[in-house]
Amino acid sequence: MTRAVSRGTVEIEIERCKGCDLCIPACPPRVLHMSQEHNSLGVPFPLLTEGCTGCGACLLVCPDFCFAVYQFEGSEASPESPR
Amino acid sequence: MSRRLMEGSEAIAEAAIAAGCRFFAGYPMTPFTELLENFAAKLPGEGGVCINAESELEAVGMAWGAAATGARAATGSTGQGLALMQESLSELSRAELPLVVFNMSRGQSDYYQATRGGGHGDYRQLVLAPIDSAEAVELTQLAFHLADRWRNPVLLYGDYLLAHTAEAVAVEPRDFGELSAKDWAVDGSLGGSGRSRNLNPLGMQKGSKGLDPEAFWRRLQAKWDELAREEARLDHEFCEDAELVVVAFGSLARFARFAVHELRAEGMRVGFARPITLWPFPSELLAQVTASAQRVAVLEQNAGQMIDDVRLSILGRVPVVPIGGISSDEAGFGLGPLLDPEGIRSRVAAAHAGEEVAT
Amino acid sequence: MSKDERRILDTSAPPGADARRVGDMTPPLLLSEDHDLCPGCGEPLALRCLCEAIVDRDAAQRAIGVIGIGCYTALTSILDVDLVQSLHGRAPSLATGVKRMLPDALVFTLQGDGDMVNEGLQEVIHTAARGEAVTCVLLNNGVFGETGGHMTATSVLGQRTKNSIDGRDAGYHGHPILIGDLIAQLGGTSYAARTSVHGAAGVAQTRRALRRAFESQEKGDGFSFVEILTMCPTGWFIPTAEGPGYLDQVLGSVHVTGELKVDGRYVPTAELAERKQREAIDPRDLTG
Repeated sequence: MTRAVSRGTVEIEIERCKGCDLCIPACPPRVLHMSQEHNSLGVPFPLLTEGCTGCGACLLVCPDFCFAVYQFEGSEASPESPR
Repeated sequence: MSRRLMEGSEAIAEAAIAAGCRFFAGYPMTPFTELLENFAAKLPGEGGVCINAESELEAVGMAWGAAATGARAATGSTGQGLALMQESLSELSRAELPLVVFNMSRGQSDYYQATRGGGHGDYRQLVLAPIDSAEAVELTQLAFHLADRWRNPVLLYGDYLLAHTAEAVAVEPRDFGELSAKDWAVDGSLGGSGRSRNLNPLGMQKGSKGLDPEAFWRRLQAKWDELAREEARLDHEFCEDAELVVVAFGSLARFARFAVHELRAEGMRVGFARPITLWPFPSELLAQVTASAQRVAVLEQNAGQMIDDVRLSILGRVPVVPIGGISSDEAGFGLGPLLDPEGIRSRVAAAHAGEEVAT
Repeated sequence: MSKDERRILDTSAPPGADARRVGDMTPPLLLSEDHDLCPGCGEPLALRCLCEAIVDRDAAQRAIGVIGIGCYTALTSILDVDLVQSLHGRAPSLATGVKRMLPDALVFTLQGDGDMVNEGLQEVIHTAARGEAVTCVLLNNGVFGETGGHMTATSVLGQRTKNSIDGRDAGYHGHPILIGDLIAQLGGTSYAARTSVHGAAGVAQTRRALRRAFESQEKGDGFSFVEILTMCPTGWFIPTAEGPGYLDQVLGSVHVTGELKVDGRYVPTAELAERKQREAIDPRDLTG
């Protein structure tokens, strides 16, 4: 199976997350998944896997403004860049 | 400036405009209606706005919004309509917003409403009670000045007689002194600066969650205490050697003053005291001018409201007796048989003689 | 490849230089992202749209908001716009006074359904009828949220709340009020729309509707109105994840989204509902 390709990525402020789950179904490629761990508020928070398109749907639906959204440069889809 | 024959309603509207009032909203109700008519006719020509509010509740709300922008704004009604505004007046007071409110009352039964406030919680409004149109012209302008100075609602207590009596009046603009700029007023300009405003009655601050109620209320209380010390006003005549002092306010005080003048001319040692501010009630001043009297009579057109404040001022030193009472006409507008100079003269004389007066 | 086998990516910091940011974490005109509204609440989503619409109109330094009383009142501590706090239901009257004295300001109200449609029904209707050039914004979640979840004039039939525990009953409690229709029918109303923040598409529509409403105000056309359906899982007594579905299906089937008044033409909710049924695909479904 091929690895999913990320055309974008997000920054997530996990300590502000209230664990509402709204971002999970809102993500069109379904690359967000709630964690098993809890943050300092005592709730799970979203984790990102490969395949983000940088569409910004998560940002739009998050009531706690936890997401910043990025798109990678270049018109060709590029693999996840190292940080 | 030459005097012109005009009804009190017109004089008050003219005085408000002379003071810079540029917003009025009201709902028709006797005997306030003509005040609304006058504002509706005069304000647009002065660059102001008069809205025919769909209810008294909306009238005070609109005036609230206008006042929040720093404009000199006013509203009014009669007691029944003011009853609908009480929650808003309470909030306005705690939001520290200036607003002038006219009660063209049906008699004097709204004294409690005006001075205790019919709204919830701890708050205060300044109350001014003119004796006639000439004083109403002065006190209307003073009301706008004090409202701005103290950032608080100020009520002008009028009535049917004041509204509808035509007298020769000159609406002289009065200058009561410098006031600081209204930096607190909203105009949108601080949006995005991190210092934007929130005019609210709870002491909410931008950038901080929750409230500090105690600090907020203590600051307001200190302001009202200072206001009470500085703004109490009492008119008095012939009190220095009076055996009986008659206390009255508003239009009815004209009758009391007339009776005292007549009886004095006949040698009776009676005096006259008239609170001009119903709140803050001029307790200290009243205690001073009645210091050598043996009796105090309260003439008011209600079941006994101001008499509470007179008693609190006298503190039992001498008897305080009511010589007024509820009195109205068939329509309930307050033009009752009590408003009779000879009748009042008799009541004052009876009180001086120590006789009981039927109220 | 199963979820467990996918690589979890680092989202703790912005990515490197070969990425450009297309969405800011903090909405404009907010002093902070920190608020205490419930998990899954739709009101902050509407707040973001409002801030963005103000910035869209380049109006940050002339916007004045008049705020009602409800859970959203707490958002005033982070909203960096000149504000006047109103009493429950009274905001439209205050907004009228503000706008008449400052005609160049962008004046809006922010009110919940309990505030606007219960306590303040008269105020918003008269303000609209008068054609006051203000924009009233309704956050409609079908409950009094701040008191813990009680019935309002917009609660739908069958909806359970703390004081309609067996579900709203037409015979006992009466029918919900579709305030958007009442407003849109008035001659003084120039623009009226109903949107919903249950999904990304709805959030985008909300921002657009607010922008259009502000445009209408600035043109001096009259009264503008935007009703935003928001989730309140706490007041609906459901898990947060079910909020968007409940909003769309339970409230949204009665308070149907769409533009109710544009260019002088009133489109009744019933017609909006018919259009929705005729559409083969509801774009909102794409976001689950």
